[in-house]
Amino acid sequence: MSDVVEKTLTALPGLLLSLDSQPGAAKLCATSRLGSLVRSITELTSKNVGEEMAEPPAGPRSPKQMKEIMVRAIYCEMLGYEASFSYIHAIKLAQQGSVLEKRVGYLAVSLFLHESHDLLLLLVNTVLKDLQSTNLIEVCMALTVVSQIFPKDMIPAVLPLVEDKLTHSKEIIRRKAVLALYKFYLIAPNQVQHIHDKFRKALCDKDPGVMTASLHIYLKLIKESPESYKDLTDSFVTILKQVVGGKLPVDFNYHSVPAPWLQMQLLRILALLGKEDQRTSEMMYEVLDESLRRAEINHNITYAILYECLKTIYTIHPKSELLEKAAKCIGKFVLSPKINLKYLGLKALTYVVQQDPNLALQHQMTIIECLDHSDPIIKRETLELLYRITNGQNVSVIVEKMLDFLRLSKDEYTTIDLVGKVAELAEKYPFPYNSWFIQTMNAIFSIGGDVMQPDIPNNFLRLLAEGFDSDEEDRQLRLLAVDSYLSLLECDTSGLPQRFLQVISWVLGEFSFLKEGLEPADVVERLGKLLDDDAITTETRCWVLAAMSKLCGSSDALCKAEKVAHKYTSCLDTALRQQAVELELLGRDVDLRTRVLPQHVIGFCVWLQVDSSLSFLDGFVSDALARGAAPYKPPHQRQEELSQEKILNFEPYGLSLPVSLSACSLTDRQSPTALSLSSSLSGNSADPPLKAGSNLLKLEGVKRVWGKQGYLPEKQATEEALAQEPSSIFAPSHQQACSESQQTTFSTIVEQDQEKRQLASSLFVGLGSQNAPCLLGKPEASSSQRFRRKVRPEDPSDVNRSLAVSSSFSHSSSALDVLLDNAIPDPTAVCLLVEPASAQNLSDSTSEAVPAVGNTEVVEASEVSSLSGGSGPLAQPSSQVERGLESDLPSRLPATLVGLLRSDVEELCSGESLSLSACKVFDADALVLAIFLKGAEFVLFSLFVCFSLCLNHLYSEGVAQCQGWEEHLNLGEASLYHSVSPPASCSCRPLPLTTEEYGKMWLSFSHDVKQNLMLLKHEEEDQLEAALTALKEKLCLHIVDVIGAEGIMACQLVSGRPCLLHCHTHGGMLAIWLRSPIADLPDCLLYHCQKAIQER
Amino acid sequence: MQFMLLFSRQGKLRLQKWYVPLSDKEKKKITRELVQTVLARKPKMCSFLEWRDLKIVYKRYASLYFCCAIEDQDNELITLEIIHRYVELLDKYFGSVCELDIIFNFEKAYFILDEFLLGGEAQETSKKNVLKAIEQADLLQENQSEDWGGLAAEEVL
Repeated sequence: MSDVVEKTLTALPGLLLSLDSQPGAAKLCATSRLGSLVRSITELTSKNVGEEMAEPPAGPRSPKQMKEIMVRAIYCEMLGYEASFSYIHAIKLAQQGSVLEKRVGYLAVSLFLHESHDLLLLLVNTVLKDLQSTNLIEVCMALTVVSQIFPKDMIPAVLPLVEDKLTHSKEIIRRKAVLALYKFYLIAPNQVQHIHDKFRKALCDKDPGVMTASLHIYLKLIKESPESYKDLTDSFVTILKQVVGGKLPVDFNYHSVPAPWLQMQLLRILALLGKEDQRTSEMMYEVLDESLRRAEINHNITYAILYECLKTIYTIHPKSELLEKAAKCIGKFVLSPKINLKYLGLKALTYVVQQDPNLALQHQMTIIECLDHSDPIIKRETLELLYRITNGQNVSVIVEKMLDFLRLSKDEYTTIDLVGKVAELAEKYPFPYNSWFIQTMNAIFSIGGDVMQPDIPNNFLRLLAEGFDSDEEDRQLRLLAVDSYLSLLECDTSGLPQRFLQVISWVLGEFSFLKEGLEPADVVERLGKLLDDDAITTETRCWVLAAMSKLCGSSDALCKAEKVAHKYTSCLDTALRQQAVELELLGRDVDLRTRVLPQHVIGFCVWLQVDSSLSFLDGFVSDALARGAAPYKPPHQRQEELSQEKILNFEPYGLSLPVSLSACSLTDRQSPTALSLSSSLSGNSADPPLKAGSNLLKLEGVKRVWGKQGYLPEKQATEEALAQEPSSIFAPSHQQACSESQQTTFSTIVEQDQEKRQLASSLFVGLGSQNAPCLLGKPEASSSQRFRRKVRPEDPSDVNRSLAVSSSFSHSSSALDVLLDNAIPDPTAVCLLVEPASAQNLSDSTSEAVPAVGNTEVVEASEVSSLSGGSGPLAQPSSQVERGLESDLPSRLPATLVGLLRSDVEELCSGESLSLSACKVFDADALVLAIFLKGAEFVLFSLFVCFSLCLNHLYSEGVAQCQGWEEHLNLGEASLYHSVSPPASCSCRPLPLTTEEYGKMWLSFSHDVKQNLMLLKHEEEDQLEAALTALKEKLCLHIVDVIGAEGIMACQLVSGRPCLLHCHTHGGMLAIWLRSPIADLPDCLLYHCQKAIQER
Repeated sequence: MQFMLLFSRQGKLRLQKWYVPLSDKEKKKITRELVQTVLARKPKMCSFLEWRDLKIVYKRYASLYFCCAIEDQDNELITLEIIHRYVELLDKYFGSVCELDIIFNFEKAYFILDEFLLGGEAQETSKKNVLKAIEQADLLQENQSEDWGGLAAEEVL
């Protein structure tokens, strides 16, 4: 660009500043209308731009004014201010304005709206009208907008018209129509299926522009099914020949290269057609050769074509002559001083090197230089290349380089990708030392942290557990892992990612006995220290506890572990609590422990087989059926029946815990044992050897193709092999250009070069052609894989053993059931404590209506107190087990209320001899307030107040049911004024729905409210889940489904009227969307949701 | 091509064109991130960037950065040339273009872009044809009163 421009541009900021500071001085550009707009905007402070724009129009505006305003709106949107109010005007302008205003209107529409915007519907008519217009410009505009933002469901409306335009007399219209159809094809391929032969016509169009446009469609079509377009190869080749030969009008030249875009498109198409097809490939050799030859001018555009050409040559059926030329071209790229070309050269090498590793050898010095390049992109691409040429000999150097890069990189995408690659390499190749493997994996875990793919730690643990071919080495490897982790635990562990901690605890739990002289108690203590850190997630805590339960061999360790576990036996998280309870139980029952977790048996878990059909329970089931139990129904069926009958789910969520525990311990994802269990499933199957077999076949295929072509003459190969010897000084002496450039390097920086050469020899070792076969098959180098999993014979003893294990599991689970039953108030125990307080008793007892005034309940009692409505969190019986005296009280509930959801028992007030406690029980259609009056030694009196609930709780029809032992009743003369306003949550009941039902109901409800709520706890890992759980607990909602960042919930009022919630988290916000058939309900519920989230 | 952004050395967005449907919030986030990343790069560095799962191709002309996002299999060099061709078109249209031209006539810059790229693909690579089409439409501006249908049929292309 000219110097003048440069000058103007540098002066710009100052100009704008002056505009900003003194509006008067802006006359400079005020002469133009657009100038005034820019000026006015620069004058405005950031906030009020929108307001200014939104000024109510003084009377109707002419389209001309509207056009001006629209341009302003576009400008505002670009600056980042919301101008959504103008969208509708943009559509109007496109509809009503003259051609000129239309143009701006269409532009605004295409910039403002996206494909799924509702307002687009209003545009369809306009577009239809314009497509039929006789004015060329209008048609052009309509076609442009159609190919930019047209939504899928409106395509049929315009399709016939657009189709007609394919035969229009003007090229520009035909071209735009073709592109619009291309867009349609991308959005909805089915809808344009019938016009495929019209595309052919477009391909044969006499105008090169139309023909070029049609190639976009063909590229897509051929990508999908190359077979059906083989017949067109000849045409494409002919076109390319003509283009390369300069037969097109000079207009299409770009920097004296004929139609480069067209050439590239054709080259891509040819690559797709010639892939794995010798006959088709043969048709294009000549023209490819021609393209390579012609592309000699030193300009970016020729390099772009060259690059595409190279890709094509290496994709199609190989021809040695062409490959040789292509290899030389790659040299041009790699050795270019221009960084962009170098980057592409590396990319090309990466693409090619799997087929021809010697190319990397030729450029090894350049690669080494790129490895230390200041631009991270170049480094990254070099690593990609190195990753492709990794073999058993250079793996440690390459991995080291990759880890170095990872330590500096902050980009999450790069980290995930590269960590995966390092892990793959570390596992795939035999490495020099076991300690190297452990160290590398440690580095991966600490760098990859919690963003890496979860199968990396899983695979690592599987490798450790299953072992390799030699027992001694296995032992050594495990010992090394234990050692390194013990020393890691000694240092500060706060920075370690959760996944790493999980790996550490598993390995220590499983293998720490291998280390002689290490007390299990010691390990338990160190693991226990991990738990003190607040930043540790519950999942990790589970892993740690699981590790501890494996270490409970000695009484010392057991004692310590139990102490830790005890803390978690009343934890709210079920998985963690289960783990803790299991540990306690296993600690008590030595027999069971030795059966479930036999000490000092390596890889025991690997041999476990899970009886997924739970056949060992068959006897139990048939017994139960014989006793008249209802047959099992799968959950979805139960759900269906429930929702059909419109009855509530009376089952409290938690009570099912003991039942599901047995299943849980086998399948729960969070349980660390599940990992090894599932691995045994796949590990024992016959899959791996089969896979290896198929890989081998593929390997041979690759070899044959390349061997027969004889692209690598023996002579050259041996030469290169020689060059590979560390003693040879001029490593790439076979490549002239390369060695020339190196000569100069040698003379200038000898020392540095020495280093680099050393690096080169370590990086490119083993790349010579003596082990070419192994290299060619690099991705399938399974034969050299050290970590080939052992193939285990399926012998009968194995099966027997697994049976024994599964029965021991069932043992443990039933034992756990008993344990949990004891922890939860046992129904029989209730009977012992209290005289049977049956439903009969309740209904028979004299029910007297307590006078109800508003929502105030007057109860005679000893002291004055008030029960704060709804502030106490609901506790589900399963998640919290009350201990001590308080726990007796709930047991006094009448049988009809026992199974229901209820709140904690709260002590309202207490005097010297009496105390008053209460709890709320949520019945299907009522809130029952259970009040317990307790004397010094026993419960004197229980009062149950039932409120029938309505939407607004404006009245509560009190039905008090007294029940008790009158002989003990001695209340004195004081009275208790007790006022209760039942919280909204009391009137909500979970509404069990399936996702489909939810979907249907959602659409049928008319009243909805949407709001964004701020989630205060940003640091939480899963905000959505935390929010949903809070809502569920506080408001008694039913979580229907959670998909990604969205969750749907349902509830109903006691009156049976439903309300549906849709929650969506994004960046610290929770978007709640409520729908219900009742007008006020969403608002009301939203308010409570808000409160629940805030109180969380 | 997924989108094209023009922004100044100060990080001010001058033009944006999105060829994939994205929410406004997403667009703003991408723009902010990209502007930051690109501005932080040194002049001698490579014009290509790996960003998320996309490739970013950018080039600086005077004080303006032209920045395109392409998919992995696309050719980076040709994208660079697309940028260059667009600049050439702007240059030809405005007569040695500068940032001010684009600020004050940004809708014209959009028109040119729409004529050159359609739906993320190069529509018309002949410079002459693109400019001709733009001129035809612009002529409208001056002869608004005239009946344009007939005239256009004769003159366009």
